[in-house]
Amino acid sequence: MNTRTAANLIGFQTIIRREYNRIIRIWGQTIVPPGITATLYFVIFGRLIGSRIGDMNGYTYLQYIAPGLIMMSVITNSYGNVVSSFFGAKFGKHIEELLVSPLPNYLIVTGYMMGGLLRGLLVGSLVTGIALAFTHLHVQHPLVVASAVILTSMVFALAGMINAVFAKNFDQISFIPTFILTPLTYFGGVFYTISLLPEFAQKISHLNPILYMVNAFRYGFLGISDVNVMLAFSLMIGSVVVLYGTCLYLLTKGIGLRE
Amino acid sequence: MKAVSLRNLCKTYKNGVQALKGIDLDVEEGDFFALLGPNGAGKTTAIGILTSLVNKTSGSVNVFGHNLDTELAAAKACIGLVPQEVNFNMFETVSTILLNQAGFYGIPRAVAHDRLEKYLNKLQLWEKRNSVARGLSGGMKRRLMIVRALLHEPRLLILDEPTAGVDIEVRRSMWDFIREVNNAGTTIILTTHYLEEAENLCRNVAIINQGKIIENEKMSTLLRKLNTETFILNLREAVSSTPTLLGYKTQLTDDHTIEVEINKEQNLNEVFTALTAQDIGVVSMRTKSNRLEELFLSMVERSPDTSKKAN
Repeated sequence: MNTRTAANLIGFQTIIRREYNRIIRIWGQTIVPPGITATLYFVIFGRLIGSRIGDMNGYTYLQYIAPGLIMMSVITNSYGNVVSSFFGAKFGKHIEELLVSPLPNYLIVTGYMMGGLLRGLLVGSLVTGIALAFTHLHVQHPLVVASAVILTSMVFALAGMINAVFAKNFDQISFIPTFILTPLTYFGGVFYTISLLPEFAQKISHLNPILYMVNAFRYGFLGISDVNVMLAFSLMIGSVVVLYGTCLYLLTKGIGLRE
Repeated sequence: MKAVSLRNLCKTYKNGVQALKGIDLDVEEGDFFALLGPNGAGKTTAIGILTSLVNKTSGSVNVFGHNLDTELAAAKACIGLVPQEVNFNMFETVSTILLNQAGFYGIPRAVAHDRLEKYLNKLQLWEKRNSVARGLSGGMKRRLMIVRALLHEPRLLILDEPTAGVDIEVRRSMWDFIREVNNAGTTIILTTHYLEEAENLCRNVAIINQGKIIENEKMSTLLRKLNTETFILNLREAVSSTPTLLGYKTQLTDDHTIEVEINKEQNLNEVFTALTAQDIGVVSMRTKSNRLEELFLSMVERSPDTSKKAN
């Protein structure tokens, strides 16, 4: 390994370590709220309302929504981690510490993406643990579960970075999660199978990318899906490539970062 | 070897402001170089381009022979920047900020720990290593930025107004430390509003105004260009009128103080001889303003762009 590569590796590890420390330092904002929200979902939708809904596609309602709730927390937290960390660095100007360093842009993008992935997986694991306290979860295709959660987390971590690059104030980093991400997640098959919807609504649902991610993940657990799983994976991989390329372009050009 | 070489460097911002109008500048390795200019002259833009925080419009930048367009990482690795504004994470501890910055430059953690201890001790911040940055005083924050810029032991240290808002005692200790860094071989580029600072520390100087270099030479050569200097003399006894000093422009500011303007052809000995002849004793003497400051003001005022603007 040459000197530059070794130095880059240290720089890359430093970004990940810094992101991890940030997640742990502000655990009251990063870890606890998704845990509480997930617990409330499982109690209210799973136990109280779910018991009256009955089975869905051959599984109890609680078992059916558990993968969706795990994925919902992964999406929200992967996005939230990068958007707040990167925008915070931009707002506080300490992003300049990275911009003046010899670390290549692709490692900065990958480092922040890994930070989002780390929080997504930490919170996803926590919510999985909470789900296990309420119901049994059978993993039918472990590799599908792992790859779906990692790819989804990467997609939303990168999307969060793009949001942060363009954001000029704190309102603009909460706009997309509130007005786009949350509605798409709720209509993305977390709580129901789209076969319950009228045909027109089913067609519209197919335009929602989150539907594919949630169903691919659910397929890994339960072996059932509302969408073609291969198509879902193609979409996720394609999104990672496009979003990563966009982040790299923005950083290289310095859009929103350099004058 | 040239530490920095700028050629025909231009920067036009999106709002149409031409911050740099084709500047050429060379800074030799090991130099202590002052980049001076009034607010908005283009100093920070030039430094921004040099450190990759600002995109240039055209021109070329070389740092120790590494072109910024083709060998960006190598050029960046040579530079340590102390920016004008505080730009570290206020919620992190001093040690965390420093270890992170060292990491971004690829310094192994064990080495970074050793350097952190060395530089924090030198700048009297070691006791604060576990303190959260937002709790530091203004002077401590400035010193922390200097330590941060030195952790990767850069060949070129850029100090953009490093002592702004720092009290005189801390400022002097920072000067001593920066001199020590320069003596150890690090090239230093300094921008400052305290011209006394530049005069005391720097060997070479460039004055930038309205996006152009209007002067670039040795500090000593530049100071020799100063035609007149005003001295303030504090008198032992009170006087009721201005003492007679033929050929000198003199003014009585109060009954114990006179101001005497002396040009290059005149000398202070004549003034003292004339005052002694009139039985006027001088207790102490000082220059009215910093020499570089007078020169700087006269040059900026004479600069064609400034004159046009004034008209």
